[in-house]
Amino acid sequence: MWKTIARRFLILIPQLFVLSLIVFIIAQIMPGDALRGRLGPDTTFEQYMALREAAGLNDPWYVQYARWMGDILLRGDFGTSLGISPGRPVTEVIGERMPNTVRLSLMTSLFLYMIAVPLGILAARKKGRILDKTIMVYTFVALSLPSVVFGLFNILNFALNRQWFPSRGSIDVLAFGAGGMVAFMSRIEHLLLPALTGAMLGTVTVIYFLRSEIIDFEASDFVTTAKSKGVPNNKIYTRHILRNALLPIAGHFGIVIAGVFVGSFFIETVFSFSGMGELFITSIMRRDFPVANTLIMFYAIMGVVSVLIADIAITIIDPRIRIK
Amino acid sequence: MWREVKNDKLALIGLFFFIVIVATVYLWYPFIDQAAADRVNLLTRNLPPGEGGFLLGTDPSGRDMLPRLILSARNSFNIAFLVTGGATLIGVFVGLFSGYYGGHVDNVIMRIIDFITMVPFIMLVIVFVALIPNYTPLTFSLIFIAFSWQPTARLIRAKALQQGELDYVSASKTLGTPNIIIIFREVLPNLVSIITSNLTLTLAANMGIETGLTFLGFGLPHGVPSLGNLVHFARIPYDMQNRMWLWLPAALLIIVMMLCINFVGQALNRAADAKKRTI
Repeated sequence: MWKTIARRFLILIPQLFVLSLIVFIIAQIMPGDALRGRLGPDTTFEQYMALREAAGLNDPWYVQYARWMGDILLRGDFGTSLGISPGRPVTEVIGERMPNTVRLSLMTSLFLYMIAVPLGILAARKKGRILDKTIMVYTFVALSLPSVVFGLFNILNFALNRQWFPSRGSIDVLAFGAGGMVAFMSRIEHLLLPALTGAMLGTVTVIYFLRSEIIDFEASDFVTTAKSKGVPNNKIYTRHILRNALLPIAGHFGIVIAGVFVGSFFIETVFSFSGMGELFITSIMRRDFPVANTLIMFYAIMGVVSVLIADIAITIIDPRIRIK
Repeated sequence: MWREVKNDKLALIGLFFFIVIVATVYLWYPFIDQAAADRVNLLTRNLPPGEGGFLLGTDPSGRDMLPRLILSARNSFNIAFLVTGGATLIGVFVGLFSGYYGGHVDNVIMRIIDFITMVPFIMLVIVFVALIPNYTPLTFSLIFIAFSWQPTARLIRAKALQQGELDYVSASKTLGTPNIIIIFREVLPNLVSIITSNLTLTLAANMGIETGLTFLGFGLPHGVPSLGNLVHFARIPYDMQNRMWLWLPAALLIIVMMLCINFVGQALNRAADAKKRTI
């Protein structure tokens, strides 16, 4: 198994190189550049060209690519932002946003499992009955709500009409100044509504999966054996079925959280939550390619690694499964 | 397949409303005076529904919301149908070839798919939409198709791989049937139910994604009326709370459409999988 994992890591390296090359070329073809946003009415053409020269944008693309890659590999320097906050290192610009997105994703995953696991178990235990049908209707609705629309509904209902939650942003300005506990509470407060929104939309797959797992196990031989031994029904569920059914769910945690990470593109924009998804969209709009390219590479690595981790986790949990 | 839908009340209701909505939108569309629907009128700005004879009110440019909703729905449905159809077509072809031939062909195709799906779909669409100057609904659909056929291809490949192992395929091969004929006349019909259920479920998903992308500003161009652009009115908190007629009908229409399609899709999904079949 470890050999296959090592091999997949090795495949990843050339893939990432090709990806970085493609991403870089696309950035070159894209019309406009980040510096145009910084031009004032009095800027002369010469000044603009001087800015371009200073940023190295006048060099041929392969020189720029070599410089970009060289800096990343040799010094871990991902370049400087050109449009969003000019002159600051890309790592700093992204680093500012990353904690927000990580917090949001963790909170979302937490809510997701808190909602999905009980609902999945209930639906399976009451299979075919009214409770099961209600939960299934809930999953249909959750499956049919575009995250943008659901986010807007939640903002309208719970943030604007009843002011239970703040409607936008990731922290209150005053709380940010106060720091410490106040800032922490304000952050949590701003996380709740977007996290719940994302979590409810993400529950569908987990509920389906858990429900069908439990139903499959109910018909399996070891459950029949346990029943014939006279093990109480509740104990069959907690000790025999759930233990088996929850393991793959735990194994897929990496993939779920990666999905939540990507889903935050819409959620962050709807809630004006300053995270990485929102940063990516602004960076593309402002043509701030050093930031955008780094984010694309980051998401690609994250996606591949999360699948790998899930595969490893599943083989550890269930030795019958072999990855190849 | 039809029996499974017929026995599922929700699926039947879903199918009924789906047909009603689509028929209304496409039959009404030719009767809309497009020039009148686009005319800006400062005297009738932001009228609530019912006032001044506007059944659904007017937008900030004084345009009647009802024809705009129909125009938007038509544009959004067009995109969703086109994208789903295109992506399914490519996905099925690629998946069939990859799964049937296996070996090197399969390996190369799968690595390409892995490579494309490395970057999240949304990021790819955003980058390519930004890349193309003056993009139109058509270019947007092409970009959308280019990055959304991969999951279908994976699914069909797995199924085709299974089918390729079966006796009827080897029997046909020994009889000297050309591969092309085996693929399309013999393997493909066995996958029809899985293709239809996948088609319906992706249709619903694509409608939602189109709305989301348009809302972010990377979907249909701003001048093109679409459900996503209507929902975009809700970005302004005041309009969201006090001028709900601007965005709520579009939002509800999307949800109802997606629900209907999903109900049908789930029934088809059960029909495609012998284990889950209820009858």
